[in-house]
Amino acid sequence: MTKKQFALVIDLNVCVGCHACVTSCKEWNTSGWAGPLPDVNPYGADPSGVFFNRVQTYECGTFPNTETIHFPKSCLHCEEPPCVPVCPTGASYKRDEDGIVLVDYDKCIGCKYCSWSCPYGAREFDPVQGVMKKCTLCVDRLYDQTIEEERRKPACVLACPASARIFGDVNDPNSEAARAIRDNGGFQLMPEWGTRPANHYLPRRKTTTTLHPDELVRVDNPLKAEGEKPRPAFTTPTIDGVSSW
Amino acid sequence: MKPAFSVIFLTTLIGAAQGLLIALVAGQMYAGGESGGFYALGGAIALLLLCLGLVASVFHLANPQRGWRAATRWRTSWLSREVILIPVLCALTFLYAVVHAFGWAPVMVRLGNGAAIDLPLVLGLLVTLASLALFVCTGMIYACVRFIRQWASGWTVVNYLLMGLASGFTLAAAYAQVQGSLLSGFMSGAAVLLTALALAARAFQLWQNVTGAPASSLKSAIGVHHSQIRQITQGFMGSSFNTVEFVAPGGTETVKGLSVFFLAVGFVAPAALLLAGMPVLAFLCQYVGLLAERWVFFAAGSHVQNLYYQAKG
Repeated sequence: MTKKQFALVIDLNVCVGCHACVTSCKEWNTSGWAGPLPDVNPYGADPSGVFFNRVQTYECGTFPNTETIHFPKSCLHCEEPPCVPVCPTGASYKRDEDGIVLVDYDKCIGCKYCSWSCPYGAREFDPVQGVMKKCTLCVDRLYDQTIEEERRKPACVLACPASARIFGDVNDPNSEAARAIRDNGGFQLMPEWGTRPANHYLPRRKTTTTLHPDELVRVDNPLKAEGEKPRPAFTTPTIDGVSSW
Repeated sequence: MKPAFSVIFLTTLIGAAQGLLIALVAGQMYAGGESGGFYALGGAIALLLLCLGLVASVFHLANPQRGWRAATRWRTSWLSREVILIPVLCALTFLYAVVHAFGWAPVMVRLGNGAAIDLPLVLGLLVTLASLALFVCTGMIYACVRFIRQWASGWTVVNYLLMGLASGFTLAAAYAQVQGSLLSGFMSGAAVLLTALALAARAFQLWQNVTGAPASSLKSAIGVHHSQIRQITQGFMGSSFNTVEFVAPGGTETVKGLSVFFLAVGFVAPAALLLAGMPVLAFLCQYVGLLAERWVFFAAGSHVQNLYYQAKG
């Protein structure tokens, strides 16, 4: 029996890079249990802010044969999280019941050592509160009985207009998330470090259409009706002119 | 990585203190003839350096008021082990200095050949053990960060040990000369030897870091198997923790310039000054050089996460 492991599955073939997940994550979390997510100097020349989720954009190939990849990045809730054992206070921990990696702000001393031990750059330090912050997978939504059941999901998943984000237990083979990974070649980021990220990504897929010439030019045209019909004369009565109503 | 001055001062100060303590105990076992006051004052100097290091470390924490919690995860975290060992070493050093100052030397163990091991020697050995263990902890804090290839090597531990010993023995030589102690020659000789060893080991790690190759690439970072990938945007136009904490101010030119500086001022010049019989000047020179060395150590660390932050866009 494998442990429950909540995670996100992000479809890189679907993501359009609209940043809706970024803004809805910031909105939910800055005002909620894991907040605030302060912005320093937000309207100045060099704004700096704390976000749990970022959408990055990459380009493959050389012009004109290029491909654009929008790449949402947040904490991957690793099954072997390297950030947890290095924490000297135990503030950084992985929950047994659902595998979510969290930070206890009341224990964090702000030494930033955990962020050095994350290869994904998933942790962002809050300079105002002086503690490390990171994606909570909206743990404050998942178990909230006052929210209707189908909305007990991370804010980013609910916000995605293209449905590029799937939330679920990746260790439950019958979940939508596990099925998406299994069926669509889901992969993990930087598997060479042995961190076993719980979040998975679905690869880009080539979408092609084969067109044959007979599909562009109509070959069966029994009435030989080519071109536009002749325009009616100016005096020709219209349907309004001859109908009684 | 962005060098933090709190950690630069912490590691150099406690390194010198640990080295000084080991030098005092080594001198005690080598010559033994010095008065208790010599070791007591030496221990007090080491204690002062350790306390200054502790003060510096407090500035590294954003919430030092709950710093005591950092002692709780010693089973898994080298940082926690260091947090425990520093006060332990402080306490042992205090006892060491006090026992020497009051000349308490009850025999603790008598060996088979009749040699007596007294309390100052027992405390000296304990202080030595704790100092060595602390060197390992400090080095392992950095050596266990796998994602910074410049740090993730056993040489990091070796270098912290050798540079701490070198500066500690140089300080001991300076102290012995000021006190007019007979140990001055022993300390100077050992300091020159340790400085040369530290130079060799540090230079080797510098060479290793220059010739090494990063383990990850953008291919595995975003999981797209293409030979040409470039970042268009990191997702935001401003800055964030990830674009500040993991980048050294000044860039590679500063690191290169300071590398030459610390090799000359931290190792070559102090060795020459020690040989010329000026250990006080040698220690001051070496300490400045080691501050630069520590700055370079941090600044030269390139973190894997920087793969994700290459273009503001």
